[in-house]
Amino acid sequence: MFPILLCYSLCLMMIIAAFGAVYVKNLTSAVIAAGAISLAASLLYLLLAAPDVAMTEAAIGSGLTSVVFLYTLHLIKKIDEGDDD
Amino acid sequence: MIKRLFVLLAVAGMAVILIPFVSGNGAGDALNNVAATYVEDAPRDLGTMNIVTAVIVTYRGLDTLGEVLVLFIATAGVGFLLKKRREGDPVQPPSEILSTGGMILMPLIVLFGIYVFSHGHLTPGGGFQGGVIIATAFLLAMLSARRLPIYSGLLTWIESVSGFAYLAVGVLGLVLAGGFLDSRLLPAGRYGSLLSSGTIPLIYTFIGLKVGTELVSILDKLRSNQ
Repeated sequence: MFPILLCYSLCLMMIIAAFGAVYVKNLTSAVIAAGAISLAASLLYLLLAAPDVAMTEAAIGSGLTSVVFLYTLHLIKKIDEGDDD
Repeated sequence: MIKRLFVLLAVAGMAVILIPFVSGNGAGDALNNVAATYVEDAPRDLGTMNIVTAVIVTYRGLDTLGEVLVLFIATAGVGFLLKKRREGDPVQPPSEILSTGGMILMPLIVLFGIYVFSHGHLTPGGGFQGGVIIATAFLLAMLSARRLPIYSGLLTWIESVSGFAYLAVGVLGLVLAGGFLDSRLLPAGRYGSLLSSGTIPLIYTFIGLKVGTELVSILDKLRSNQ
C-alpha cells in the first residue's frame, strides 16, 4: 500500500511543479521547478523498478539540464542588457 | 474566451485518448514474447547480469549509436554557436566551503562515474549515466574553482578517439562475430565478473568517455561565455 501512495504523491508533486514551471514569473524559479519534475520522475522510475532510467533522469534531467538552462538564461540576460556583442 | 474554450477542449480530447492506456494496460503478470526472449537469452548468450545493458548495447546497439550521434551533433551545434573566449571576470569568488568541499568531492564523483560505466553489464547504469556523472563532477570543480583550466584540445581528442573506437568495435563485430556491434567478439567470461560479457564493458567505457567529454565541453563553452 505504501509504495502506491508514494507513487501517487510523486505524481501530484510532478503536476504541481509543472504548473509552477509554467506560471511562475521568475525564470530562474521556473528552471528549478522543471528540475524538480525530473527529480520526482526519477524517484518514480526507481519505485517502478527501473533503476537504469532513474539514474539517467536524475543525472541529466534534474542535474545537467538545469545547469545548462541556468547558464543559458544568464547569457541571454547579459546579451539583452547589451554588454555583449 | 473562445480561445480558452478550444484549449480546454483539446486537453479534454487528449484525456479521452489517454484513458485506454491508463485503464487497459496495467502492470502485466507475464513478460511478452520479446521481453521473455531477452530475459532468457541475454545471460546465456552474452553473459550480462543487467539485461537492460544487453538490450541497449547489443540487441539494440544501432539505436544507441544513433543516440551517441545525436549527442555529438548537439555538442557540435553548441560549439558552433558559442565562440570560445577565455577572459570573463568572476562575478564573485566561491566561498571557502564550496571550494574546499568541491575539491574533496570531485575525484570521488569521477571515481563513481567510472564505476557506473565500467560495471554497466553487472549493475544498473552504463555509459550514458557514468558519463553524465563525470560531467557533473567537472561542473562542481568549475563552480568551486572559477579559473579551473579545461583543456578543450584534450577533450576533443578523447572524444574523437573513443567515438572512433566504438565504431571500430562495431565493425569488428560485423567482420568477426554475428553482426554490427555484436558483443560476442570476446569470450563471455565468467558470469558476474568484471571482465565478462564480451565487448560490452569496452563499448560502455568508450560511450562513457565520449558522453562525459562532450558534456564537459558544452559546460566549459557555456561557462567561458558568461
